[in-house]
Amino acid sequence: MNISQILFGILTVLALVSALGVVVSKNPVYSVLCLIVTFFAISGHYILLNAQFLAIVNIIVYAGAIMVLFLFVIMLMNLNAEVEPQKSKILKFAGFIAGLCLFLVIVAALKNADEKTQTQATQLAGGDIGLIKNLGRALFNDYVLPFEISSVLFLSAMVGAVVIGKKE
Amino acid sequence: MVLLSFDWFLIIEKAILISIVIVASLVIAMYETWGERKVAAFIQDRIGPDRAGFGGILQPLADGMKLFMKEEIIPNSSNKFLFVMGPGLAMLTAMMTSAVIPWGGHLEIMGRTVPLQIADINIGILYVFGVVSLGVYGVMIGGWASNNKFSLMAALRGASQMISYELAMGLSLIALLMLTGTLSLRTIVEQQSTGHWNIWYQPLGFIIFFVCALAECNRTPFDLPEAESELNFGYHQEYSSMKLGFYLFAEYVNMFISCVIMATLFFGGYDIPFVNDAHLYDQIGNWAALAQVVCLMAKVIFGIFVFMWIRWTVPRFRYDQLMNLGWKGLIPLALANMVITAVVALLKYNNWHF
Repeated sequence: MNISQILFGILTVLALVSALGVVVSKNPVYSVLCLIVTFFAISGHYILLNAQFLAIVNIIVYAGAIMVLFLFVIMLMNLNAEVEPQKSKILKFAGFIAGLCLFLVIVAALKNADEKTQTQATQLAGGDIGLIKNLGRALFNDYVLPFEISSVLFLSAMVGAVVIGKKE
Repeated sequence: MVLLSFDWFLIIEKAILISIVIVASLVIAMYETWGERKVAAFIQDRIGPDRAGFGGILQPLADGMKLFMKEEIIPNSSNKFLFVMGPGLAMLTAMMTSAVIPWGGHLEIMGRTVPLQIADINIGILYVFGVVSLGVYGVMIGGWASNNKFSLMAALRGASQMISYELAMGLSLIALLMLTGTLSLRTIVEQQSTGHWNIWYQPLGFIIFFVCALAECNRTPFDLPEAESELNFGYHQEYSSMKLGFYLFAEYVNMFISCVIMATLFFGGYDIPFVNDAHLYDQIGNWAALAQVVCLMAKVIFGIFVFMWIRWTVPRFRYDQLMNLGWKGLIPLALANMVITAVVALLKYNNWHF
């Protein structure tokens, strides 16, 4: 048992517990905070895979920006546990069934993923494709067209947000 | 112990280093409060604290004692868990940045080379950004959990200010990173060790970064979140005792850390000016590393002094002025700086041919 296996165990437990917390907690602010912890745990997994850039961008973009906006909205709307309308029994039951179906599908899909990931995981842990230098090279040599197109997409989304915000 | 076979020395070494760094930044933050009062007194032609110890040197201890002895008040209608967590988060995010900072060269202890840095990761400066972007949570959660409209307003103001100035800060650093070609803070310092500090190549970038650092630390002229004339006291209005102390303290820790980052990025970090550091290592060994730490601290203390100087000289911005400066002033300036730097760097790469 080496240190990365111990870390993997801790991070996995943390990710699962906090992801459950997002769904279970009654107060939406707690849900947001649990989601942030989940992002941190997932970033930890990225670091174990030697994908440092992905890990830190995950934190900057999701935990640092998107979740702050979520928190803004929730705080300004002042959603509290008491105000939240109670859902009917039938709806809860339907949700339970739907969740079970999803679980079944995931189990079926991951059933024989074992032998494949064993080799891939060992490759990833030793590889350095996730380091920023190699990532930049791959993005600007092999994938330059999709990269630029997605940046135009971002720009148009930004312009759209400004236009909607300007409307009186 | 066959089960756990890892390098125990590494763990002990890092644990000692982390505790030294944390204790040092807390002590420095403590004495920053004393320094701030002395600088304010000097600028306003007063004496400042002079009762506790020689020249008021024990004043921070007395202040801390006072804060601990005060009554702990938690408002009835507040969210108690988050109310306590707010100051803790503020302190945590303030301390976390110190992990990637190179405090000096390396020590030779019992045949082991111990670098004076907690973690030399190759995304160093991005890690700093990640932690800085998390700094919003302490303010927002504290302000919201107080269940007070003024606190909430101040928290939202503080959060939007921090987010706005983070953008310009990031853009100003992209220009610097184009020149250095690396994100690791130690490599950036080593590149500057010949005396070619980055400030000579990026003066505009430095000014933008400095202004944004002021805004990120909620220092005057950007201390809108605690504008007492409009918002009673700010996001920590409901806080008392050491929880308030933690918020105020986190500001001073942030100030220290941002001065260290500035010194590292623009002023050569732990490099001793006019001295060949590698040569010094051959002559006096471990003492050279300590001299480097002292040199970094001297640069940092000067930076902190400039922060205080600005605080007691410049009045506070109005909120719209703050937003205008951030979005219409600094971001276009940083973008222009980035484009010019990119063009020059590309020309240099092509040996000055178009």
